[in-house]
Amino acid sequence: MSVLTQHLPQLLDGLLSTCLLMVLSFAGSLAIGVLVAAARVSPVRSLRAAATGYVELFQNIPLLVWLLLFVFALPEVGVIFPLFTTAVIVLALYEAAYMAEAIRSGINSVGRGQAEAARSLGLTTPQTLRHVVLPQALRSVVQPIGNVLIALTMNTSLAAAVGVVELTHAANEVNLAEAQPIPVFVGAGLAYMAVTLTIGLTTGLIERKVAIVR
Amino acid sequence: MLDGSRGGAGPGVPMVSIRGLRKSYGGHLVLDDVDLEVGAAEVVVIAGPSGSGKSTLCRCINRLEVPDSGEVTIGGQPVPLEGRQLARIRAEVGMVFQQFNLFAHRTVLENVALGPVKVLRQRPAQARQRAQELLDRVGVGAQAAKYPAQLSGGQQQRVAIARSLAMDPKVMLFDEPTSALDPEMINEVLDVMKSLARDGMTMIVVTHEMGFARSAADRVVFMDAGRIVEQAPPEQFFSAPRSQRAQDFLSKILIHS
Repeated sequence: MSVLTQHLPQLLDGLLSTCLLMVLSFAGSLAIGVLVAAARVSPVRSLRAAATGYVELFQNIPLLVWLLLFVFALPEVGVIFPLFTTAVIVLALYEAAYMAEAIRSGINSVGRGQAEAARSLGLTTPQTLRHVVLPQALRSVVQPIGNVLIALTMNTSLAAAVGVVELTHAANEVNLAEAQPIPVFVGAGLAYMAVTLTIGLTTGLIERKVAIVR
Repeated sequence: MLDGSRGGAGPGVPMVSIRGLRKSYGGHLVLDDVDLEVGAAEVVVIAGPSGSGKSTLCRCINRLEVPDSGEVTIGGQPVPLEGRQLARIRAEVGMVFQQFNLFAHRTVLENVALGPVKVLRQRPAQARQRAQELLDRVGVGAQAAKYPAQLSGGQQQRVAIARSLAMDPKVMLFDEPTSALDPEMINEVLDVMKSLARDGMTMIVVTHEMGFARSAADRVVFMDAGRIVEQAPPEQFFSAPRSQRAQDFLSKILIHS
């Protein structure tokens, strides 16, 4: 155990970095996910096709491949971001595909009559989505969105593979120095667990708070 | 009071004009070359057996249902095919649905104020005040802060009517407004509709409530198998229907009344 306390600052830095990756890419993936989901139910065929293409593209290529592509291939064509920023962008884009599918299932759960009533009042399609359909859809998919966030949190550890110093990377460095894999990686695992259990609890609270009176 | 007589169509121009409307679902013809004109302040009840195309006709007027061919004009203006112009016309055509379709995530007051704020760009305070007045008028003012699911069906439908009225529509469509209601709540909704009719609102009402047709309609349009079979003032339609189909229909539904 002393190995953990000795390297606590380094590990806490890693944990902070993990949390930052998580929060930033969650915000990004939620924003992109809403847009992609909205495009998937759009009356405009080209928008629907583009959104479907997006989801298929990111769901059918592994996250690690995307990370490697962005970190090593983009600089080849002259696009260079700081490493951490690149990881946030890739995670946000990748998880947005899953976010979009979760949100779309919520949109489909909103009764047809709700959109018809909105349209018959003269709301345009974007207004109907924004003021009537999405607010109800998002309330019904708090739990699925929480699940995507948990998966996203796990996936932040892949950023270690391209050199982002987050929790897994920090734990690996500590182990290389101390050769005590059991306390180091069990400790890191428990830290991940604490984060995701917190997410799960929070999701449950939010879900109850925003529930629609039915 | 309501400004139910709001114009838009010039003299001689019908408020709603439907020409050659056709609609089929997978080979089944639901509307077969329907023509109908409705004048300003006229109350038209569309009656007929289930599956005769009444609701589809109603929903084609504001293009919630897209007809295969034919033309609809509101106040002399053709209803645009899509986009912003279509939304603008829809804002002038109120619609009340069988299932009420109140916005479940918004309070009753917000339901009524949403259209005026987002579509007519009224100031929220002004829209809410008008919403409260309309809710009072249809007798559900005390429920303004509740959510739709906390109201009875009859109350929800009256809120839906207030929500349509808030847009100051030129014409109102009612698609079986009492068919989802418990019997004891039907009259409270019909009473509101009758008062609208008295105030000069142009109304197209799809309903099985023949009592309403008798007392409030200027004309009954009888449909069967996607066609308008006959139309007449209610006294004439109920006492001396000309077509065999209308006679059959009336004998089935009026047997106990």
